[in-house]
Amino acid sequence: MNVIARHRIILPVVSLAVLLAATFWLQPRAMSYFGLNLLFNLAVPIALATIAQMLIIMVNDIDLSVGAFVSLAACVTATILNDTPALGVLVLALMVAGYAAMGVVIHRLELPAIVVTLGMSFIWGGLALFVLPSPGGTSPGWLRTLMTVKPPLIPAAVLAALLIGGITHLMIMRSGLGTVLRGVGGNTRSVARAGWSVTRLKALAYGLAGFFGVLSGMALVGLTTSADANIALRYTLLSIAGVILGGGEFTGGKISPVGAVIGALTLTLAASFLSFLRLSPDWQIGAQGAILILVLTARLLFNRKGVAA
Amino acid sequence: MTRKMMLLGAAGLVAATGAAQAQSDTSGMRIALSNNYAGNSWRQAMLQTWQETAEEAVSEGVVAAADAYTTSENQATEQAAQIQNMILQGYDAIVVNAASPTALNGAIAEACNAGLTVVSFDGIVTEPCAWRIAVDFEQMGREQVAYLAEQLPEGGNLLEIRGLAGVFVDEAISAGVHDGVAQNDQFEIVGSVNGDWAQDVAQKAVSGVLPSLPEIAGVVTQGGDGYGAAQAFEAAGRDTPLIILGNRQDELEWWAEQRDANGYETLSLSIAPGVASLAFWVTQQILAGEDVPKDLTVPFLTITQDDLDQALADTPEGSVANVSYSREDAQQVISDAR
Repeated sequence: MNVIARHRIILPVVSLAVLLAATFWLQPRAMSYFGLNLLFNLAVPIALATIAQMLIIMVNDIDLSVGAFVSLAACVTATILNDTPALGVLVLALMVAGYAAMGVVIHRLELPAIVVTLGMSFIWGGLALFVLPSPGGTSPGWLRTLMTVKPPLIPAAVLAALLIGGITHLMIMRSGLGTVLRGVGGNTRSVARAGWSVTRLKALAYGLAGFFGVLSGMALVGLTTSADANIALRYTLLSIAGVILGGGEFTGGKISPVGAVIGALTLTLAASFLSFLRLSPDWQIGAQGAILILVLTARLLFNRKGVAA
Repeated sequence: MTRKMMLLGAAGLVAATGAAQAQSDTSGMRIALSNNYAGNSWRQAMLQTWQETAEEAVSEGVVAAADAYTTSENQATEQAAQIQNMILQGYDAIVVNAASPTALNGAIAEACNAGLTVVSFDGIVTEPCAWRIAVDFEQMGREQVAYLAEQLPEGGNLLEIRGLAGVFVDEAISAGVHDGVAQNDQFEIVGSVNGDWAQDVAQKAVSGVLPSLPEIAGVVTQGGDGYGAAQAFEAAGRDTPLIILGNRQDELEWWAEQRDANGYETLSLSIAPGVASLAFWVTQQILAGEDVPKDLTVPFLTITQDDLDQALADTPEGSVANVSYSREDAQQVISDAR
């Protein structure tokens, strides 16, 4: 195997670097503390949602309800958490528990995750409309402060991305439990034979995903200052694309938290890049897809070469 | 022209020039349009008007650029990113037709903090630092009843065609209609149906309710439903009442036919997609240092018997009557709001 196939993180890093260089060339104003923050601050909730999706893909499932769940978390944050913080924390905790329960149901009843999560997306969406029937709500003050903080030297958005990538890397790639969780996706049977309760592990993976989904919704409200029941619907597909772009695979167990964060940043940057190019909106969505296919093709080519060598 | 009128005109001209001189130069400034959706004829006409207004303003040196951007997925987070990109692109002002009244507030606050002027129209935003050019839908309902009271002083029975149930616009127009009827008690609303702003739905709904209704003197509508109502009355073999129309090309065509055949008279009113050009000029006025109130109201595009032929000639088939607003129109709207 060659270097690129062995270190699956190289390609996402290179894609992001190339895109970033092209963006700076097109729009030199972006090359500043202020510019980087504007370019990437909306990528923070996307990165958190991508981590949530990655945890599900890690156990060999897929989650079509991330977008609706993040929207619900955003609605709860902008209403209940703001008005009565204790109740808000309780509701958000219940939502995380609900996610863990969803994992148990999927595993115990051997239901396909794609169907269960699709169904759940309508439930989350309905609850979001129930909590916030018309767009509105207010971000809690501390959250707004946190999301607009201006640390010295490094823009907050970049710092947040580094933190999310670093913490999840330690949690999933370095810890013992993380290794077992990846094992659930890679080879469920051998993990079960080794004496682990797969049900509990799946509940943990889904619960963690729910936790990151809640964080994503909170981060989003901190940025937008108020919510809307449909605010994050496109995160579902963005998060899947982010995981794959970041070097993850659908086969379970093969994931990279740092890659996932980079994937989310790359997708956000791709949209800005196309906007700076002044490409017509009719072509933009297609061009975004083209960038995605280009990166995946590059990965496949390198992997093939690696196998051949 | 009498001498007095000439003098008045001259005084007006001096006043206008004086006002123009007081304004600062905007020729080096760049305006961006952030639009969330382009998938229907109204939005297409809106973008078209923006482009025409922008090209003319740029060629005359009023502003340096006025570029239009449309998001591809009609999503608030996508539009928020688009607005943040516009800040980076160094625009002086952003005109927004928003995907959500609240979810863009963070991005708009960023723009305001960076010193940009933000003007929202049609799809307005709640962020206090932005200007809002909104539609007074209740007034649209009241104006219909006021016209009926003028045309039918003896009053009579009214049929109300409403829009899509549960949508804010439908409730607002209907509230205005009921308010108008309360002020003109010679009218009584004897029936109410949902036409969903579509000719076919309106025709079906009116046909269904007509047999149970007494003689109808007038029909109040919400736009996009007048032609269907007329077809339903004709199919039922009843006299065509006074139907208020909503500026759609098929409605105007029907009106012209009826006028030529039997001298039919009515009124047509709706919001013109050209409101984008109004937003452009309001933004230009703000950039020029004019003191503009934060909340402005869009005037309706009203077509009367006299302008019918012109309006019909100007409206492409299947589209909606449009008008492009000028700088003077914007100044009028601003002074009305003061």
